[in-house]
Amino acid sequence: MASATSADTFPNMSSLGEAHVDNERRLPAKPVNPVMETRDLNVFYGDFHAVHDVNLSYGRHEITAMIGPSGCGKSTVLRCLNRMNDLVPGARVDGEVLYHGQDIYEKRVDPIAVRTQIGMVFQKPNPFPKSIYDNIAYGPRVTGMKVDNMDDLVEEALNGAALWDEVKDKLKQSAYGLSGGQQQRLCIARTIATKPDVILMDEPCSALDPIATARVEDLMLTLRNEYTIIVVTHNMQQAARVSDRTAFFTARPDETTGNRTGLLVEYDLTSTIFSAPGDKRTEDYISGRFG
Amino acid sequence: MSTSATAGPTGPSSGTGLSAAVDLSPKSRPGERVITVVLQLSAYASIAITFGIIAALIQPVTEFFSEVPFGDFFAFDGTYAVLPLVTATLMVTLIALLVAVPLGLGAALYLSEYASRRARKILKPTVELLAGVPSVVYGFFALTFVTPTLLQEILALDVGFTNALAAGLVLGVMIIPTIASLAEDAFSAVPQAMRQGSLAMGANRMQTSLRVVFPAALSGVAAAVVLGMSRAIGETMIVTLAAGALKQFSLDPRDGMQTMTGFMATTAGGENPVGSVAYNNLFAVGMLLFVITLVLNLVSISFVRRFRQVY
Ligand SMILES: Nc1ncnc2c1ncn2[C@@H]1O[C@H](COP(=O)(O)OP(=O)(O)OP(=O)(O)O)[C@@H](O)[C@H]1O
Ligand SMILES: [Mg+2]
Repeated sequence: MASATSADTFPNMSSLGEAHVDNERRLPAKPVNPVMETRDLNVFYGDFHAVHDVNLSYGRHEITAMIGPSGCGKSTVLRCLNRMNDLVPGARVDGEVLYHGQDIYEKRVDPIAVRTQIGMVFQKPNPFPKSIYDNIAYGPRVTGMKVDNMDDLVEEALNGAALWDEVKDKLKQSAYGLSGGQQQRLCIARTIATKPDVILMDEPCSALDPIATARVEDLMLTLRNEYTIIVVTHNMQQAARVSDRTAFFTARPDETTGNRTGLLVEYDLTSTIFSAPGDKRTEDYISGRFG
Repeated sequence: MSTSATAGPTGPSSGTGLSAAVDLSPKSRPGERVITVVLQLSAYASIAITFGIIAALIQPVTEFFSEVPFGDFFAFDGTYAVLPLVTATLMVTLIALLVAVPLGLGAALYLSEYASRRARKILKPTVELLAGVPSVVYGFFALTFVTPTLLQEILALDVGFTNALAAGLVLGVMIIPTIASLAEDAFSAVPQAMRQGSLAMGANRMQTSLRVVFPAALSGVAAAVVLGMSRAIGETMIVTLAAGALKQFSLDPRDGMQTMTGFMATTAGGENPVGSVAYNNLFAVGMLLFVITLVLNLVSISFVRRFRQVY
């Protein structure tokens, strides 16, 4: 954890950090009372060992970024956190995924209950082919949430996703009339309408232009006050800008089979990862020297 | 064409040098032309045939109405009354849809949303195989099993030897594969991302199927139902055998009754000389059947336009 190399390994870091002053938070070196935790998490797709022994903890009201080269298992780990991997035929999960100390892969845990607490925003905006209003109201309706006034809830959720002003006059129109960036914020609004505890995001900005990306990033920083956010991103600047902690993954070929199994290389405060990474592979990756 | 492929990327200046040699003048491609014409012809052929059929209907139909007044045709009673045939057709079709829509759509939802990959691999072709059973077999099935065993014995219904209920039920069974197979295609075409979005919000599988997948697939589902309905309306063998050849107006499905197609099949038997009123009557009924089918299709299309969800 040497800190001397900060300026020359990541020259942009200082300016990026200043962009959001509230990102300079004094956080403990390790999350205290983490909301979620993975212990010796291993994931298999059939015979293919996708992820090996991931031990990570995610702090309350923090944004945790997961970065790493393509195919290293970031999405796989993320999908384990709300049991979306259950939907992948042939996927098998070993180890523990703790949510407030409870293993969500235990037999008596209902994956549907897990997902109402741990929402997910996908890489490609995937609104339902319904009106903007119905997209937001869908979650509260299906989960049987007690809602006094759905109109208020819809407004609140759209406000929360910084979308209200743009769509308030066309709530009854199809969500497919929105731009990609608006659709993605709609998907975020849809997720916060069910009032989850944790929001998982898998490359939420990869289909967006820089301006829409900046809006979503601002949104994430605001949402951090109420939610715990875990985000997968390929965009190193994004990780540096928004996240409190960063986990760096890589894939290592198996000596015998040649399969590329993902593993966690390093996990630390984002400022440390980007200024003084403890591992050579992390340093190479964030400075763009990765193969 | 003689320039070597490697010359381009190596020298930056060769790009401009090449452009003079590139030939962009129009070339004649006779093969392309022939294929376009052949494809065009086959596209227009189906339209031409449809209009040809209508044209062939018009002459006997006008002849028919020159001898039989409109009022005698659109009547419930009389030699040339068509309304008993219409109500019989509609009743049989309605019964068929009551059977086939829930079962067909249920099967389709099961296949696309619930069945394991292996179950689907076996079940879908099996369902489609059912569509290949000749309708005369279904007709005998209605006559020899549905009426005597199912309706009379098991359900203890007071039905005649031929009745609309048996015909409708079996007709429904006949169109299940059509509806199930087409609706399954429509459900499977709904992007997986939509299901994931729904499940990730804490919806269960049934909510996802009924509230997201089904509405998203609505236009395909409606097309499936319309096609099934058209097949039921046009089906002849089952209704001729199982609903009977007695033209009578009745709204009781336990009665035997003749449908439009049943009437046409019976009347076309050959004992009516070409040009006779009875012969021309056939064409008038046929024309009406065509119009009814067309109207039902148009209504369904506008229904779908109204309610479909575009993604
Ligand atoms: N449904 C699946 N079935 C089989 N193998 C899968 C499946 N999903 C992912 N994998 C494999 O698991 C490994 C990790 O995939 P994953 O999608 O988690 O990577 P990632 O880090 O998210 O990559 P990217 O940055 O490209 O999104 C890859 O080798 C991938 O081929
Ligand atoms: Mg991924």
